[in-house]
Amino acid sequence: MAINCTVNKKKVSLDIDPNTPLLWALRDHLSLLGTKYGCGIAQCGACTVWVNGEPTRSCVLPISAVSNAQITTIEGLDPAGKHPVQMAWDELDVPQCGYCQAGQIMTAAGLLKKNPQPTDQEIVDGMSGNICRCGTYHRIQEAVKLASKKSKK
Amino acid sequence: MKTSRRDFIQKTALFTGVFTLGFDWFSAEASPMEVVAGAGRFNAFLSIDSLGKITLFSPNPEIGQGIKTAFPVVVAEELDVDWAQVQVEQANLDTKQFERQLTGGSGALKHSWERLRKAGATVRKMMMQAAADQWKVDVAQCKTSKGFVLGPAGQKASYGSLAEAASKLPVPSDVTFKDRKDYKIIGTRVKGVDNKNVVTGKPLFGMDIRKPGMVFAQIVRPPFGATLKSFSAEDVKKMPGILDVVSFKNKVAIVGENTYAILQARASLTCDYSSEAPLESNDTHQNWFDEGMKSDKAQVMRKDGDFAAAIASAAKVIEATYECPFISHSPMEPMNFFADVKADSVLLAGPTQVPQPAQKAVSDLLKIPVDKIQVELSKMGGGFGRRLSNDFVLEAAELSSMIKKPVLVMWTREDDMSGGTYRPAARYRFKAGLDKNGEIIAFALRGVGLNAGNSTRQDNFPVGAIENVLIESIDQKSAVTTGPWRAPITNFLGFAEQAFLDEVAEAAGKDPIQMRLALLEKVKTKPVGKITYEPARFEEVIKQVAEKAQWKKKPGVHQGFSVYYSHLSYVAQIAEVKVEKGKPKVTKVTAVTDCGEVVNLSGAENQVKGAIIDGMGHALFAKLNFQKGVASPSNFNAYRMIRGNEIPVIEAHFVNNGIAPTGLGEPALPPTGGSIANAIYAATKKRHYKQPFN
Repeated sequence: MAINCTVNKKKVSLDIDPNTPLLWALRDHLSLLGTKYGCGIAQCGACTVWVNGEPTRSCVLPISAVSNAQITTIEGLDPAGKHPVQMAWDELDVPQCGYCQAGQIMTAAGLLKKNPQPTDQEIVDGMSGNICRCGTYHRIQEAVKLASKKSKK
Repeated sequence: MKTSRRDFIQKTALFTGVFTLGFDWFSAEASPMEVVAGAGRFNAFLSIDSLGKITLFSPNPEIGQGIKTAFPVVVAEELDVDWAQVQVEQANLDTKQFERQLTGGSGALKHSWERLRKAGATVRKMMMQAAADQWKVDVAQCKTSKGFVLGPAGQKASYGSLAEAASKLPVPSDVTFKDRKDYKIIGTRVKGVDNKNVVTGKPLFGMDIRKPGMVFAQIVRPPFGATLKSFSAEDVKKMPGILDVVSFKNKVAIVGENTYAILQARASLTCDYSSEAPLESNDTHQNWFDEGMKSDKAQVMRKDGDFAAAIASAAKVIEATYECPFISHSPMEPMNFFADVKADSVLLAGPTQVPQPAQKAVSDLLKIPVDKIQVELSKMGGGFGRRLSNDFVLEAAELSSMIKKPVLVMWTREDDMSGGTYRPAARYRFKAGLDKNGEIIAFALRGVGLNAGNSTRQDNFPVGAIENVLIESIDQKSAVTTGPWRAPITNFLGFAEQAFLDEVAEAAGKDPIQMRLALLEKVKTKPVGKITYEPARFEEVIKQVAEKAQWKKKPGVHQGFSVYYSHLSYVAQIAEVKVEKGKPKVTKVTAVTDCGEVVNLSGAENQVKGAIIDGMGHALFAKLNFQKGVASPSNFNAYRMIRGNEIPVIEAHFVNNGIAPTGLGEPALPPTGGSIANAIYAATKKRHYKQPFN
């Protein structure tokens, strides 16, 4: 039986193995390639998307669990790149290789949605589940702070 | 510098009226728009069309080092245009137009600095000449500013309006470059040209390649040293979404319609392996290190004076042994590559640091001439040297030729971490002899590497300052595959050398910084043998870091010092450690780098900070274990990567002396393990001799 859900405000129907992790449904069946595979075991955060507004590791979440859910991927955050987190990421020149950044951004935007004015420590704690092999951590933390300021205005 | 064939393409190709794709980022729809114009490709690096669109082509593979931004910055500076005016495109492999189209050795800017400046300055001169001809004035009276030529009587013409006329002029053979005080872009903070595509999730990476008719595949590889005897393909072939199961070179490839189908099938595949020799385990490697240290067959890499006699006469002898394990590169984007092999042509696409050798290797494998093999370069989700080995390209090509389909071969994280071409494991033994005044009179190093080639860097400081030196290397062959890992050899040797010098300074009763400065003074006044580094540049980074980090002037803060020369750049570091709840915590690293001219300050800071975090993370955590030819762990749950809550404050300073730029992707990494280990020692009196520390 097909799984119906909403991805980036569009209704989609997935008639595939219900055990398929959401990550592979997005990438291989919906051609949404912005969400990245990094480890497949929810350790690195590269695959982070929002499920009903909650940052979630899509690599271990079967699509059977997202029936009727609202899913937001990096492509749906703001396609024009005007979300304060995206703007801050560009302004502070965060990306090096860029591969982990979709997951970082979805985690950061989720953090700010819940806690618009996080303390420095809350930013560090909130972002430490996402690995960046290039070591862009300082700028990630600064960019979350900048995005928080931008949202305040 | 003479104009070579590759620097300037045939003039006949200019203004041929080609289609180019523009991208208007901030337009309402933010969708690609087509611009049709006569585009003048003035040289390999730049084109200017009659509408004024300036496109700069960046030939080198972008791996996160920022080359796709840094190269065009140099061209734009000498062309004298506004950075906002230019568009940057990744050039695919084009051996006719570009030299050294690769990423490795931190050598791109060093190699291309003159070429890039010339590419810009030449076209600027042609624009001025075209304007001078039009205005009937002397070209010497013309100036340029922000993409315009300005005439003596207030005339003003855009590069776009002059492009066609300029393209018909002879290419000037001599040009003058800007004075660096007039730089408007070089040395400023320039944001990455791909940032906007990254933050909106555009498909930029090899993993994101999708081509018509393409299938997916994963490959099961044997333990190191093992041979594939048999495998169970029949049941696997019947699984949903599975298209084929084929074997080549001891590997089994599962071809399918989608990734999850293949992952499912892999779980059902069983492979039987055999081996002639016993498969390697941790004990095997320890035995080889022990044998190498005792062996009388070491290769002498450098010999100055008489080490044996000097050490025998020393008042004090310091000896220490350091060891590092095999480690994985673990870029966030695991290995992958696309190949479409047809009867007489090949399309390769994906992330490789070395596209030209990939093309050549595939040509040799499939017996198809290189000119029939096209290589498209994708952005790379990191590499750290892993993508210098083209094993993953060859696998994709071989598989595509067997199944006669375009295929994207993806490595899982487990494949990537257990699939080899690791940083080689190595053991180092140092000996230093001091005279009664605490002066170093003898220095020896023996390196035993496992598939490491020369595991030493025999000309490294303090060699050059010491009368009696013996540097030896032994390479033990292993079935475990190895390759360059960010700052090859020196990523660990740098730690060992800098930690050992700290121990020597302590034994000599000297301050580690003063001891190094005194040694460098000897290199200046009484050098011993061949000197490969510039002592004055060494001194400058050392003095600056001591001042910036207030060496030994911060009560309660334990500091460790290191300094390193690699890839033609100099980096000095002071790490700071505080003891919290009985445990040492690295709180700050101050780095002073001399990489010559800093082309892009934002990118340069990223490289230095990233390399320090990389060096620290791997020094603290990284290790692979071997059991019967199989490496473990195989994923990030047990193979620890440093995280954002574990990083110190990092200050990145640059000497910025205006010397032609040298490497920066690697040089800040080698000194990191040493500065941290030395600071931990200052705090705890415990020295680390092995990586990982934890």
